[in-house]
Amino acid sequence: MGEVIVITSGKGGVGKTTTTANIGTALALEGKKVVLLDADIGLRNLDVVLGLENRIVYDMVDAIEGVCRLKQALIRDKRFEGLYLMPAAQTRDKNAVTPDQMQKLCEELKDQFDYVLIDCPAGIEQGFKNAIAGADRAVVVTVPEVSAVRDADRIIGLLSANDLHSPQLIINRLRADMVKRGDMMDINDTIDILGIDLLGVVPDDEKIIVSSNRGEPAVTESSSLAGKAYRNIAKRIMGEDVPLLSLNEENTLMDRLRRFFSGKSNSSSI
Amino acid sequence: MFDFFKFFSKDDNTSKDIARERLKLVLVHDRANISPRFLEMVKGDIIKVISDYMEIDEKGFDIRLSRIEQEDNNYTSALVANIPIKKMKNIGKNKG
Repeated sequence: MGEVIVITSGKGGVGKTTTTANIGTALALEGKKVVLLDADIGLRNLDVVLGLENRIVYDMVDAIEGVCRLKQALIRDKRFEGLYLMPAAQTRDKNAVTPDQMQKLCEELKDQFDYVLIDCPAGIEQGFKNAIAGADRAVVVTVPEVSAVRDADRIIGLLSANDLHSPQLIINRLRADMVKRGDMMDINDTIDILGIDLLGVVPDDEKIIVSSNRGEPAVTESSSLAGKAYRNIAKRIMGEDVPLLSLNEENTLMDRLRRFFSGKSNSSSI
Repeated sequence: MFDFFKFFSKDDNTSKDIARERLKLVLVHDRANISPRFLEMVKGDIIKVISDYMEIDEKGFDIRLSRIEQEDNNYTSALVANIPIKKMKNIGKNKG
C-alpha cells in the first residue's frame, strides 16, 4: 500500500509543479514506484516540465469517466525506471471531477505505487478540494516572500480543516546572498511564522529553468544545488534522516577556496 | 564606508525584519478572520462606552489582536487594548 502526498501552496508560481516533478524523479531514482498526478485540470503543466507532453493519449478525466482504463492514462517515463505520469485534462475545467472521484482514483493508484504525488492547482477552490481529497499527507511549498507565506498559512489552515494535520514545509528559491544582507526572510523566520515542520529548503538555482526548458528534471544534474536539495527531500520523504546541507562553517577547506576564487558567498543551509 | 554604517543599522531596519513583522500581524487577523476595519468598529464602540466614565486619549488608543501562549503550548487569539486615561469623570463614582 503506497502513500498519497499532495503538493500544494495556495499561491501560484512558487514552484509546485517543479517540486512535484523533481521529488517524483528523485524517488524513482531511489528505486521507488511513483506516479505523478497532475490535478491542475485545464492548466496542465507537469507534462511539459517532465518532457512527456508528446506522449499523452488519455488523461485523468478520461480514466475517471471510464473513457479508458486506468493503465491507459498512465504515461511511463522511459528515462526513469518506476516513474509514471497521469496528466490532467487540458480542455476541461476543475468541476469535471469531484472529491469523491479523486479519492477513489487515489485509492486505486495507491495499490500499484509506492508514492502518489499530486500536483495541486493554485487557489483554494474546487481544484484544491479535489487535489487534497485522497491525500494521506500534505507538503506545502512557499517562497520567502510575504504574499506566498501568507497564502501558505491560509492553506495550512484549510488542510487542517480537512483532516490533513501537520503538513510539512518546503521553502523554495531561497537566496543565500539576500538572506545574508537581511533582505530575505530566512529559514527560521519562515518556520517560526508558519509553525509547521520543515521538509527541506531549495536554493534559487537558474539550472531549474534550464532543466524545464529541456524537459529534464534538475535532480538528474549532479552539479545543480537545487537538484541536490530535491534529492535530500526525497530521502526525507522516505523516512531517512538527512541533515540540511550547511553552506557555512562546516564546508571543507576546498569548498571555501573554490568559493573564494569564484567570488560567490553563501551563508545559509539548504 | 557604506557597509560600515549598514552593519550598525542592520538589526532594526532590514527589509526582512519589516516583512516578518508585517506578516505576523496580518496572519493574526487572517487566522481570527477579523479585518482591521472590524477592529476599528470595535474600537469606536469601546470608546463610546468608556467615555461615560473617563476621559481617554483617543490618539493613544491602541487595540490589536495578538497571540498568547497557553499552558498547553497552544496559541490562542487575544484582544489587547491599551487605553490611556486623561481624567476620570465623576459620573458613576458615587452612585450606589
